[in-house]
Amino acid sequence: MTQAPAISVVDLTKSFSGRVVVDHFDMEVPKGAIYGFLGPNGSGKTTTIRMMCGLLTPDGGHGTCLGYDILTEQDQIKENVGYMTQRFSLYEDLTIRENLDFIARMFQVKDRRARVQAALEDLGLANRAGQLAGTLSGGWKQRLALAACMIHDPALLLLDEPTAGVDPKARRDFWDEIRRLSAKGVTVLVSTHYMDEAIQCDFIAYIAYGKKLISGTARDIPKMIGLHTYRVTGPNLTALEATLRADPGVGQVARFGAVLHVSGTDEAALKALAAQNQAKGTHKWVLKEAELEEAFIYLMAGAADNYDGGPA
Amino acid sequence: MRWRFSWSRFLAVLSKEFVQMRRDRITFVMMIGVPIMQLLIFGYAINSDPRHLPTLVEMADEGPVTRAILMGMQSSTYFDFEGVVTSPAQGERALRDGTANFVVVIPQGFETDIVRGLSPEILIAADASDPTAVGGAAGAMSGIVDTAMAQTLTGALGFTAARPPPFGVVVHRQYNPEGNSSINIVPGLLGVILSMTMIMITAVAIVRESEKGTMETLIATPVRPMEVMLGKIAPYILVGYVQTLVFLVAARVLFGVPFIGSPVAFFVGFNLFIVVNLALGFLISTVARSQMQAMQISFFTLLPTILLSGFMFPFAAMPGWAQAIGNAIPATHFLRLVRKVMLKGADLSDIAVDLLGIAVIMLVIVTIALKRYRQTLD
Repeated sequence: MTQAPAISVVDLTKSFSGRVVVDHFDMEVPKGAIYGFLGPNGSGKTTTIRMMCGLLTPDGGHGTCLGYDILTEQDQIKENVGYMTQRFSLYEDLTIRENLDFIARMFQVKDRRARVQAALEDLGLANRAGQLAGTLSGGWKQRLALAACMIHDPALLLLDEPTAGVDPKARRDFWDEIRRLSAKGVTVLVSTHYMDEAIQCDFIAYIAYGKKLISGTARDIPKMIGLHTYRVTGPNLTALEATLRADPGVGQVARFGAVLHVSGTDEAALKALAAQNQAKGTHKWVLKEAELEEAFIYLMAGAADNYDGGPA
Repeated sequence: MRWRFSWSRFLAVLSKEFVQMRRDRITFVMMIGVPIMQLLIFGYAINSDPRHLPTLVEMADEGPVTRAILMGMQSSTYFDFEGVVTSPAQGERALRDGTANFVVVIPQGFETDIVRGLSPEILIAADASDPTAVGGAAGAMSGIVDTAMAQTLTGALGFTAARPPPFGVVVHRQYNPEGNSSINIVPGLLGVILSMTMIMITAVAIVRESEKGTMETLIATPVRPMEVMLGKIAPYILVGYVQTLVFLVAARVLFGVPFIGSPVAFFVGFNLFIVVNLALGFLISTVARSQMQAMQISFFTLLPTILLSGFMFPFAAMPGWAQAIGNAIPATHFLRLVRKVMLKGADLSDIAVDLLGIAVIMLVIVTIALKRYRQTLD
């Protein structure tokens, strides 16, 4: 990785009326990557993204976005970044075409008419271009918003919970589109709290209470947490789940249909527990490689919604 | 870099605003309908010199002088005789329940007392709980009596008539000789209408962007604040022009309000006034968090505009502190300006002081507004 990173920020800090929302945040997003930005509600994801694309001025820290300084070159950043907001924020009283055209004019896109027409055709909305954006369904609104923030062919896409409240089919289509863009060399930073979306990312950072807890490639995250997991099958899992939860050696128990994933960071304690249970013979305990799923359940368990108070 | 102005982006914002304005039918109708409604209501309904006030007579005597006075009152059009009362109690009741504004009492032996030179008195009891209602009529009374006397008491009775005073006072009612209220109200109304629509529409149109979240999209694009501000405001300048045009036509056709001053002075004045109101609307939009709040704050500015600007009540009659507040309201200066130009035939040099007043207020507003407008979201 000799290329300069798409985003590199150090020590970003921001507080709103005395409450620290982002706390000494560091992050590096390699060019061309799909970078997942995870964390519970209110953990500071949106604020961080806004600081990285020049919408908010950080109280402290510094960094670059596409090589431009986030403190002084906000105008250049805006010209080269596509930012999709969490809420649908195009004009509901303009038509689909008018919205795309307006955004294209804001970015002074060359060959505007052709570009807008191409975007409409890519979207599959060419025959509904005269429809008011406010009348679209949630999934279509998301796709229109994505098309709008791609209209100027940005090198970096910042997507703030793009699939919140969108049905699974639309979500899958959306991710197909993101992967297509990534293949073309666009860097994508996407915040989400859906685990199945996190798995699609090349890199992941997890943030809670404005602090980055962990970041790395999606493959390395479980190892970094140091999680060990047993796959447990057998009868009457519900009762077993309850007893295991009470066990101090067990970090977490997650149910996946007819399977329990029992994980913990204390390898020895977990091993002993497994041996002891195996001896009973009622359930089958198999050591498995910890995966992202467990890793996230583990991280999420540590931090519920972050709106009230600080870390316990 | 930061202030590099792009005409194409400005035009994009402008045309977007026009499309939105066209789609928002109700607001569009309000922008044209409300001024017309106000013009009709204020122009036709309000009269600060009311005529045809219901009047009763209590007649304890009758004769040529009495008849002449009553005739004179009737033909002055201030008084409409609606009947006769037979007792003081009845007259008092009529005043109290509002069936009459005046009760004229001709005392017993009135006619003979005049001939005897005893200077008898006629009592006119008025319902003065509303001073405006009775003021004009009461003021006209002495003239009516003088005329009635001069007509009736001639010949041998000539000695009883009032001798003419040693000198005369001539009041020359300039600019509005008939004392027609609408000639005063209608030009002032332009100030109120423009203030109301310009401030409110601008504030709401801008706050709508942040309330709907579209401001975030706008800010994330390279568009500059100046382009957004001008692009959003310019369409409403046009609305102000349309309102003014409608207003001028209606003022001439419906109310016969003259326009004798310099059109250039008017043009300069009303443009400046539109801009100051748009700036105020813009300032409100930086404070308000929702369209509802923007509406409320705009309404809050409307009340002093109507009451303290000299629109409804004479400015000079207000106490010093109220005049101080009034002077800080752009409409106060605009009102003077419009009345000067339309009614008194003023030209640009006559209204310089009013233009200066508006300009100072504008400078203050624009400074605060630009300070408050943020290109970032913090």
